[in-house]
Amino acid sequence: MTRHTLSVLVEDKPGVLTRVASLFARRAFNINSLAVGPTEVPGMSRMTVVVDADGELIEQVTKQLNKLVNVIKIVELTSESSVQRDHILVKVRADAATRLQVTQAADLFRASVVDVSTESVVIEATGHPEKLTALLSVLEPFGIREIVQSGTLAVGRGSRSMSDRALRSA
Amino acid sequence: MSKGSPISPSLMATKSTGAPKAPERAERPADAGVDTAAVSPVLGPNNVVPPTVMTGSQAIVRSLEELGVDDIFGLPGGAILPTYDPLMASKMNHVLVRHEQGAGHAAQGYAMVTGRVGVCIATSGPGATNLVTAIMDAHMDSVPIVAITGQVSSGVIGTDAFQEADIVGITMPITKHSFLVTDPNDIPHVMAEAFHLASTGRPGPVLVDVAKDAQQGEMTFSWPPKIDLPGYRPVLRGHSKQVREAARLISAASKPVLYVGGGVVKAHASAELRELAELTGAPVVTTLMARGVFPDSHPQHVGMPGMHGTVSAVTALQQSDLLITLGARFDDRVTGILKSFAPNAKVIHADIDPAEISKNRTADVPIVGSVKEIIPELSEAVRVQFEAFGTPDLTNWWAFLNNLKETYPLGWTEPEDGLSAPQRVIERIGALTGPEGIFVAGVGQHQMWAAQFIKYERPHAWLNSGGAGTMGYAVPAAMGAKVGEPDRVVWAIDGDGCFQMTNQELATCAINNIPIKVAIINNSSLGMVRQWQTLFYEGRYSNTDLNTGHDTVRIPDFVKLADAYGCAALRCERDEDIDATIQKALEINDRPVVIDFVVSPNSMVWPMVPAGVSNDQIQVARNMTPEWEEED
Repeated sequence: MTRHTLSVLVEDKPGVLTRVASLFARRAFNINSLAVGPTEVPGMSRMTVVVDADGELIEQVTKQLNKLVNVIKIVELTSESSVQRDHILVKVRADAATRLQVTQAADLFRASVVDVSTESVVIEATGHPEKLTALLSVLEPFGIREIVQSGTLAVGRGSRSMSDRALRSA
Repeated sequence: MSKGSPISPSLMATKSTGAPKAPERAERPADAGVDTAAVSPVLGPNNVVPPTVMTGSQAIVRSLEELGVDDIFGLPGGAILPTYDPLMASKMNHVLVRHEQGAGHAAQGYAMVTGRVGVCIATSGPGATNLVTAIMDAHMDSVPIVAITGQVSSGVIGTDAFQEADIVGITMPITKHSFLVTDPNDIPHVMAEAFHLASTGRPGPVLVDVAKDAQQGEMTFSWPPKIDLPGYRPVLRGHSKQVREAARLISAASKPVLYVGGGVVKAHASAELRELAELTGAPVVTTLMARGVFPDSHPQHVGMPGMHGTVSAVTALQQSDLLITLGARFDDRVTGILKSFAPNAKVIHADIDPAEISKNRTADVPIVGSVKEIIPELSEAVRVQFEAFGTPDLTNWWAFLNNLKETYPLGWTEPEDGLSAPQRVIERIGALTGPEGIFVAGVGQHQMWAAQFIKYERPHAWLNSGGAGTMGYAVPAAMGAKVGEPDRVVWAIDGDGCFQMTNQELATCAINNIPIKVAIINNSSLGMVRQWQTLFYEGRYSNTDLNTGHDTVRIPDFVKLADAYGCAALRCERDEDIDATIQKALEINDRPVVIDFVVSPNSMVWPMVPAGVSNDQIQVARNMTPEWEEED
C-alpha cells in the first residue's frame, strides 16, 4: 500500500475531528497519523492526514471526506511538492557515563536536549519521518523510556496558499 | 404556506451557497413560493420576518412553518417539551406516533411520495435512539428527512444526565449531517441549513439536536436566515465533455443497457429517462429503488435486476457491452460477486454523489451531477451522434432479450399444502388497485414479491426499505405516505414478522384518520430467512416459526389485534376469496383496514442468485438455471 498525505481544510466546528476520524473507522480506511490545528483564517482548521491506501481507495477516501459538510477542501501533498515534518519528544536513559554520547547523537540529527535529570534526558527533534526513525534507532541502545510523537505536518512548497484558493472558490 | 409542487433536489439547489441577496428577496411577494425557493437555498416561500424576540422553541416551530412544513411526525418527552408547547398553536399538522421509529419511517414515507422533506421529532435519550433505525434507513436510501431531537440542558451535557444520549455522536455515520444547538440564536439558520442539506445534492437525513435550555432561552428571530455552508457545493451539471463521451459510447454499443436506480426517482427525472430510453432504443432495468420510474408496461423494460431480479434483467446486465448507469450504485444485491458482474461492459456512471462513482465498479465515463440535468444533455448529445453516425442496430440484442423475457417470465408454482400462493395475493392487490395506488413493503419475501408482481407505471408509487432492509418499515411508512398523498390508496404489504415490529402505528392511523390498508402476507414465519434455511441449511428451521398462520395457535390473532386498534379487520384463507377481500378493503376508506392473508409458508422467491456467486448462476427455480446455449 502506498502512503498518501492529505491536507484537509475544515470548518472549526465542534465535532469535526470526530467526523473525520469516525469516517475513517466506518469505511475501514487506515489512518497512519492525523494532526490538526488552527490556520491563518479564523474559523478554519487544517488537518494533515497520512493514509495507507492504494490508488482507487485513496480516491474513495478523498471523495468520502469531501462529503463531510464541514470539510472545505482536500489536497494531496506529494513528498516532492511539499515539506513534511514530524515532531518528536524522546526520553532516553542517560547517566554521567552515557550522557555525552546521547547528546552527541542528538547533535548529529540537529535535535536538542530540552530536559536533563541525573538518569535521563529529553530530546526534541523535528524532521521528516524517516530522519526521526533514524534518530530513534541511534538512541535505542541507550534505552528509550518514552516516545511522544506528533502526526505529520505538511505544507505545499511555493507561494500558493490552500486556504486562499479554497475561500475564493467558495 | 403553499404545498407547492414537488421539490426536485436538482431544482432546489443552486451552485452558489453564498449569502442570499437580502434586498432582492425583500421585494418579492411573500407567496412567491417554489419559484423563489429555486434561487434561494432556504426552503419555503422565503417570507421576510423582521427581528422578533421569542423563545428558542417558538423559533423551532416558526422556522418549520417558514420552511413550508405542513406535517410532522413525533412524540414528546422531557427534553423536547418546550417545543411541543408552541407546536400546539401552530397550523402545522403534528401526528402523534406510538413509537419514535414510527415517526422516522413516517417521515420517510412522506418524503418518498411527495419529494418534500419529511420531519420527525423526538425527545432526548431513548426517544432519540428510537429514531436511529429510521435515520439509518433514510441514509441508505437517500431519503430527505430532518429529525429534531431534544437534548438535556447544555450545562449538564456530558454528565450522564437523565435521558441523556449523545445522539449526534450516535448518528454521525448515518446522517448526511447533524447539528447540536446550544444557543437559541442559531436555531433559524441551523433549521434552514438542515432542510437545505436534506433536500439538495444526494438527499439524506439531517439531525438537529437542540438542548433544552436553547429551547427555553430567548432569541431574536428573523427570516430568511443566512445559510453558511462553505464546504457544501453539490455539483448538478454534468461535465459536457463526459456527456459527449458517453454519447459516443452509446452510439458504438451493440448491447447497451440503461441501469436505472433510485436517484432517478429522487431527481424526478422519469420523463427525461423515457426520452433517453426511446431515443437510444436500449433496454431498461429498474432496480428495487427505481421500480416505476420507467413504466413496467413499456416494451423496453426488461425488469428488475439483482438477487431476485428477472432473468431478462439480470442477463441483460451480465451480457451487456455498455451499462448506462443513472442514479444507481452497484449495490451487492444487484451485482452479485462484483468481479463477475457484467464482465464485458464498459460503464457510464452518472450520479450526484461523486463517491458512488467507481466505489464498487470502476466507471469508464464518470459523470457527476443531477440526472435531472444530465439525462436531457445526454439525450441531446446522443441525438447529435446518431445523426452523424447513424442509429445503432440493436436487433440481435433485442432478439436475445425478448427470447429471455418470453422463456423466463416471472411466475410461481402453486403451493402443495393447499394454501394460497402469496404471489397471487400480491399480484391481485396490484391489479385491483391499479397503478395510481401507492405500495409500501416491509422487508423479506413479501417485499420481493411486491417488487416483482405489482406492475408499476409511475415513480413514487413503490416504497420499501432497500439498502437498510428494515423489517417494520411498511406500516409507519405507509402512514407517512398517506399523510403526504391523502387522495391515493396506500397499501402496506407486510409480512407477519415485519408487521409485529411496528403495528402500534395502527393506533396512530385509526385515531388521526389515516386510512391505510395493510395486507399481512401471513406465512407464519420469517419467510426469507426460512427460504435460506430451506435452500442452504438443509431445512433446519432455526427460530423462524412465528405461529401466526394456518394450523397454529395464531398468536397474535391479527384480526383481533386489528379490531382492537379500531381498524377494519379481514381474513382471507382461500384463493376464491382473494379478489372479494381486496375489493372490500378498497371500499373501506373511513378507517384503516388490516387483512390477514393466510398463505403458504413453503412459497419461495424466484428467480434467485444465491449469495456469493456470479449472476450467471441465476436460478429460475430451485437448482434450475436457464439454458444459456441459446445465446450466441
